[in-house]
Amino acid sequence: MTNKTSILSGRRTKSLVERIMNIIFLVCGLASVVSVVFMTVYMVVSGGAIIAETGVFRFLLGHVWNPGGSEFGILPMILSSVLATLGAVLIALPVGVLIAVFLAKLSPGKLATAMRAFIDLLAGIPSVIYGLLGALLLVPAIFKLQAAAGLPNSGSLLAAIVILVIMILPTIISVSETAIRSVPKQYEEAALALGSTRLQAIFKVTVPAAKSGIVAGMVLGTGRAIGEAMAVMMVSGNAAIMPELLRPVRLLTAAIPIEWAYSSGLHRQALYGIGLVLFVFIMVINLLLRQVMKKGGAQDE
Amino acid sequence: MTPVKMHTRALNLFYGEVHALKGVDLDMPEQCVTALIGPSGCGKSTFLKTLNRMNDTIASVRISGEVVLDGEDIYAKNVDVTTLRKKAGMVFQSPNPFPMSIYDNIAYGPRIHGEKKRIVLDEIVEQSLRDAAIWDEVKDRLKKPALGLSGGQQQRLCIARSLATKPEVLLMDEPTSALDPISTSKIEELIDELKRDYSIVIVTHNMQQAARISDYTAFFLLGEVVEHNTTGDVFSNPKDRRTEDYITGRFG
Ligand SMILES: Nc1ncnc2c1ncn2[C@@H]1O[C@H](COP(=O)(O)OP(=O)(O)OP(=O)(O)O)[C@@H](O)[C@H]1O
Ligand SMILES: [Mg+2]
Repeated sequence: MTNKTSILSGRRTKSLVERIMNIIFLVCGLASVVSVVFMTVYMVVSGGAIIAETGVFRFLLGHVWNPGGSEFGILPMILSSVLATLGAVLIALPVGVLIAVFLAKLSPGKLATAMRAFIDLLAGIPSVIYGLLGALLLVPAIFKLQAAAGLPNSGSLLAAIVILVIMILPTIISVSETAIRSVPKQYEEAALALGSTRLQAIFKVTVPAAKSGIVAGMVLGTGRAIGEAMAVMMVSGNAAIMPELLRPVRLLTAAIPIEWAYSSGLHRQALYGIGLVLFVFIMVINLLLRQVMKKGGAQDE
Repeated sequence: MTPVKMHTRALNLFYGEVHALKGVDLDMPEQCVTALIGPSGCGKSTFLKTLNRMNDTIASVRISGEVVLDGEDIYAKNVDVTTLRKKAGMVFQSPNPFPMSIYDNIAYGPRIHGEKKRIVLDEIVEQSLRDAAIWDEVKDRLKKPALGLSGGQQQRLCIARSLATKPEVLLMDEPTSALDPISTSKIEELIDELKRDYSIVIVTHNMQQAARISDYTAFFLLGEVVEHNTTGDVFSNPKDRRTEDYITGRFG
């Protein structure tokens, strides 16, 4: 007769500790869901008031922002935010991907390690420091361009774009680098064996294979850019007029802290409304991100 | 005796301190299948990779001796490695199609070598897939991801991808070791077809496979070629005791 181990234990299968832990996890999970729902409801209700007051179109598409005269059109700010973000992402994406390729594939190990540490450091610097440096160095540098174009010296959309590029580069670089590194080496090997040069193998096979990761990095960078307030506030000049590259612009994010202290009544409700618009932007970007991640996952299978 | 397509003379290879190939002299005749057999770690893959310079990507590798393809030393200073690899294509042990469509996989090689015309590419894609005996299975799904194919199909796709650059030599490293018996026999038939146009060097752990498909067999042991002869002779009349022990399964 052989010995058979019984799989039945003397105790009940789920111990008390396990049950308590389960409850704690459930509560934590619920708490996060509840707070997101609460935030959403609160933003919609408080931001919705101004829209109910002025109408969606006059709020979103109005050209004039003049709280004193009870005019609350935020189109200039929406366009400024969108252009600043778009400009920043369009520049930071190719630059970031090239740097990521360099770090993941081309640079000697020590240099890459040093650069990575430096990039992580950049990601951790508070945005007000970027704002300070931008105001001290970048804005005056743009004065020359403005003078050449016959425009007054001031902060500008261009300055906001440049600052945002610097701020989102670390995100795009590190997410892209991870994606590029995780592409199986055998793809590159196969490409080389077909007579590709090293660069062809990287740019025609490895980078496209890392596409979903790179897009995720881009979406994260977009989210960071559109939500950034402090640094852009310090370099963009903050005039709520239609955006032009070398003229001052006011971004959605900047409008809220700038006007908060002295706003009241409808004006304050309009700031809530701006908050709601930003909230929607961020939600859309997050949904996009999830979509991209899901697609990427499906592709790998 | 058939003319020699590729040969090596006094070929030595070191991975840092590890002496992986020790004075290998081997002739690989044209339009023939040369099988490389031997126990694990004896240097078969290493040898195969010296034939299209895939070892160049490993920093610690040092090589001496000669590898000659059509009378030209492939390790000479003025060799264009991309042309060499176009001429000597490689199929790997595990199928490794690119994460792109079937069409783009096959068109990859011709495209990087400068072919842009759609009609020409279409033609190359079809011909390569036909030559690799997979056209009928994929002709209706050329735009679908190659990674959706079965392992055996993927391997034939990889063979087709190599054929698309119009190589003269095909280097195959255990191309069927990851496949089921049916896919394996398909690929063996294919190799038999292909040797009319190509010179093939194949690494295999499967003695029956070597006996079935190859014209010449080289037995590697610890980085040396112990025996090299026609496959018939190696299997039915081995000269070296160690060869006999290996092919009869007494060691390795
Ligand atoms: N990149 C490398 N760096 C260092 N040593 C290596 C490297 N690749 C292979 N070797 C060594 O070289 C020797 C030959 O390896 P190789 O892969 O050529 O053997 P093989 O005959 O193909 O074996 P298998 O049948 O298991 O594939 C082994 O001792 C191996 O450990
Ligand atoms: Mg091997």
